[in-house]
Amino acid sequence: MVTVHLPKSLQSYSDGAPSVQIEAGTVRQLILELDRRYPGLGAELRSGMAIAIDGEIIQEPLLERLGAESEVHFLPPIGGG
Amino acid sequence: MTQPRSFRYVGTRPIRQDGAEKVTGRANFGADLSFPGMLWGRVLRSPHAHAKVVSIDTSAASEIPGVKAIVTSADLPEQRPGGDPTDMYDLTRNILAREKVLYEGHPIAAVAATSREIADRAVAAIQVEYELLEPVLDLDRAIAPDAPILHAELRCAGSDPKPEGPTNVASRILIERGDVERAFADADVVIEREFTTPTVHQGYIEPFACVARTTEDGQSTLWCCTQGPFTVRSLCAALLRIETSKIKVIPSEIGGGFGGKTTVYQEPLALLLSRKSGRAVKMVMTRQEVFRATGPASASRIRVKLGAKRDGTLTAAEASLAYEAGAFKGSPVVAGAMAMFAMYDLPSVRIEGFDVVTNKPKVNAYRAPGAPMATFASESVVDELAASLEMDPIEFRLKNAVRQGSVAVYGPKLKAVGLVECLEALRDSEHYRTPLSENQGRGIACGFWFNGNMQSSAQIHVNEDGTATVVSGCPDIGGSRASLALMAAEELGIPVEQIRPIVADTETIGYNDGTGGSRVTYATGTAVIEAARDIVLQLRQRAAAFWDTQLENVGYEDGKAIPLGDAAENQQPLPLSTLARRAARMGGPIVGRSTWTARGNGPSFAAHLVDVEVDPETGRVEVLRYTAAQDAGKAIHPSYVEGQYQGGAVQGIGWALNEAYFYDAEGHLQNASFLDYRMPVASDLPMIDTIVVEVPNPNHPYGVRGVGETSIVPPLAAVANAVQAATGIRFVDLPMSPPAVLAAIDRTRG
Repeated sequence: MVTVHLPKSLQSYSDGAPSVQIEAGTVRQLILELDRRYPGLGAELRSGMAIAIDGEIIQEPLLERLGAESEVHFLPPIGGG
Repeated sequence: MTQPRSFRYVGTRPIRQDGAEKVTGRANFGADLSFPGMLWGRVLRSPHAHAKVVSIDTSAASEIPGVKAIVTSADLPEQRPGGDPTDMYDLTRNILAREKVLYEGHPIAAVAATSREIADRAVAAIQVEYELLEPVLDLDRAIAPDAPILHAELRCAGSDPKPEGPTNVASRILIERGDVERAFADADVVIEREFTTPTVHQGYIEPFACVARTTEDGQSTLWCCTQGPFTVRSLCAALLRIETSKIKVIPSEIGGGFGGKTTVYQEPLALLLSRKSGRAVKMVMTRQEVFRATGPASASRIRVKLGAKRDGTLTAAEASLAYEAGAFKGSPVVAGAMAMFAMYDLPSVRIEGFDVVTNKPKVNAYRAPGAPMATFASESVVDELAASLEMDPIEFRLKNAVRQGSVAVYGPKLKAVGLVECLEALRDSEHYRTPLSENQGRGIACGFWFNGNMQSSAQIHVNEDGTATVVSGCPDIGGSRASLALMAAEELGIPVEQIRPIVADTETIGYNDGTGGSRVTYATGTAVIEAARDIVLQLRQRAAAFWDTQLENVGYEDGKAIPLGDAAENQQPLPLSTLARRAARMGGPIVGRSTWTARGNGPSFAAHLVDVEVDPETGRVEVLRYTAAQDAGKAIHPSYVEGQYQGGAVQGIGWALNEAYFYDAEGHLQNASFLDYRMPVASDLPMIDTIVVEVPNPNHPYGVRGVGETSIVPPLAAVANAVQAATGIRFVDLPMSPPAVLAAIDRTRG
């Protein structure tokens, strides 16, 4: 199971739970499943969120593969200079 | 991942391929291009910081002989609000004001004429009727209950409950982990302070400059200085609502950017004027325009509270950050919030951030956007905590520093990082042991930056004689051509002098995100390595076919295809030059290519050490000695890595000691020139010493991590900590200019 950590601003969707367990092989599947469980969350996650999979921040992660025990953090996007 | 044990070319210091052109003045920068019959474009800018635009009358201007085109916001299509990553509704209003002007210098109209003088005369002849409004010039006024509202439609995103009325606070973010209240209760020492930093500019030497030319078939070419030619193309196509394929962007050499050249200002205007007039149009900003109307870095107010145990273990951190976004939402407050405590293993954290609009130019990225000011606050309090516990400031930081496996404040678990190594390098340096004299003080501070990834493409063409051309699409700001050539040389096994690296236009190479986020040597560099490996595979395949053997019987070393196994008995190595010469008969042109959406650019940490002397009679702070230690992962071209450390340190010193925008009560910028906006120059500072720490990034074939931005993060606090050590005064407001320092000293004298 993938462990998904949600930022404080999105925890209202998960009834305050900071992390949830999801079965998913890609980020796309993960977001679809999160949206099925918590309607509306998918749109939030698709609108410009970055993601860290097992510690690596990825800006456009839709088709990234997830490991069976992956840890996923949704993060605000960071702009560089 | 392949991790070569030793490198032949990587880590050496060859002369950069663009060096001769630049030192002889032949290199073409943004303003260097001209065409016969070209027009000059100039911009009418608002003299007011906040006003409604009642009417614009261009009739008198259009009758001036030599005026060929005039554009206002009516010539730009309306955009829908929102949008990711750029809000085009805001951007089109920043390019040309519509309902309101929101800062002094806000563009209202643009003119193209046969000379710059005629264009200026036409700009002066445009009549604009304004309805003046009170300007909002700082955070306090912006959040006051009776504050004038900049955008009637703006609601604070992220606030709970959702706001009903308009506000100048565009968004609120919250990062929270652990039980902060209990963690503060467990602390033996708690220190809380509030800090402010002013609006500052990147201070790139080259003003924005471009030439646009449109032919009868509607095809436009735009020459400009930019950090991101593909970004310019995308934004201009969206702003003008024309097909991307109708615009070709050719990047010039770039005279500095530091994040400031990651968006568009006059480029869409030049295109519009060119399309309207059918002529080439050149636009070059003055220095005053650069200061008044391009994106500086946010002013900020930051409250920090930190707690620690008596043994020096940090227990909790709390912070509230408010950043000015300028005229439109979008300050880097999120990055500041995520970066400010990222150096430390902190179990309990609560950080709140606010993005606030004011009547100043819309801020833009500036090297590690958002992190320097937040880290000024956090690292000042860290220093004070160490002092209150009578601990050495380096040992205090070492005790709490993040390591491999630490959970970063912003969430993920860190892989290999080099903060501990940076701190140990400073602790063990001769600098740290050198005695100081009266009125002198020593300061230290750490810094962190995420480092960016994004999209990169690269191609390598092998020429008939075995030399090669490396083609990328990222403008070379800090020596990236040299680093890309070195990585290609390493893979192809040919001397770096036989490789020509070029920065291509938007039609010659696949999409590349811009040069920014400290990403090029990592992300585009990896694409170059993969493109080179693509070539090596092709060379091995050709040698295998030539030797009538299997691919696994062909290796590649030192620029030669090498026979292995049975093939080694009767075949001689085939050099790249031979395979290149025979390319026509052995499979055709040799081209390697690679594209990817990068991931895994490892974060970079730095620690800076500075000695200052404070003149108690004048308040002047002199930097006596400065050492910057930073983790580069692997320094591909050490000279340019050191240059990044030095440049970031110098910009940070300027931010700490002198730089600030000064506005009058009506919102007119009072110091829009390098005479009055005081940046450090070479004669102000000692040589910045550097220590290149190399803790390899496990995600890169050679261990590279970005280095361009982290170096500006520690200096603000490092200098403040040194001034505190010299004077006994904790400075919480930047800049620590001579009048400010003298006034503080005078207050202590009573």
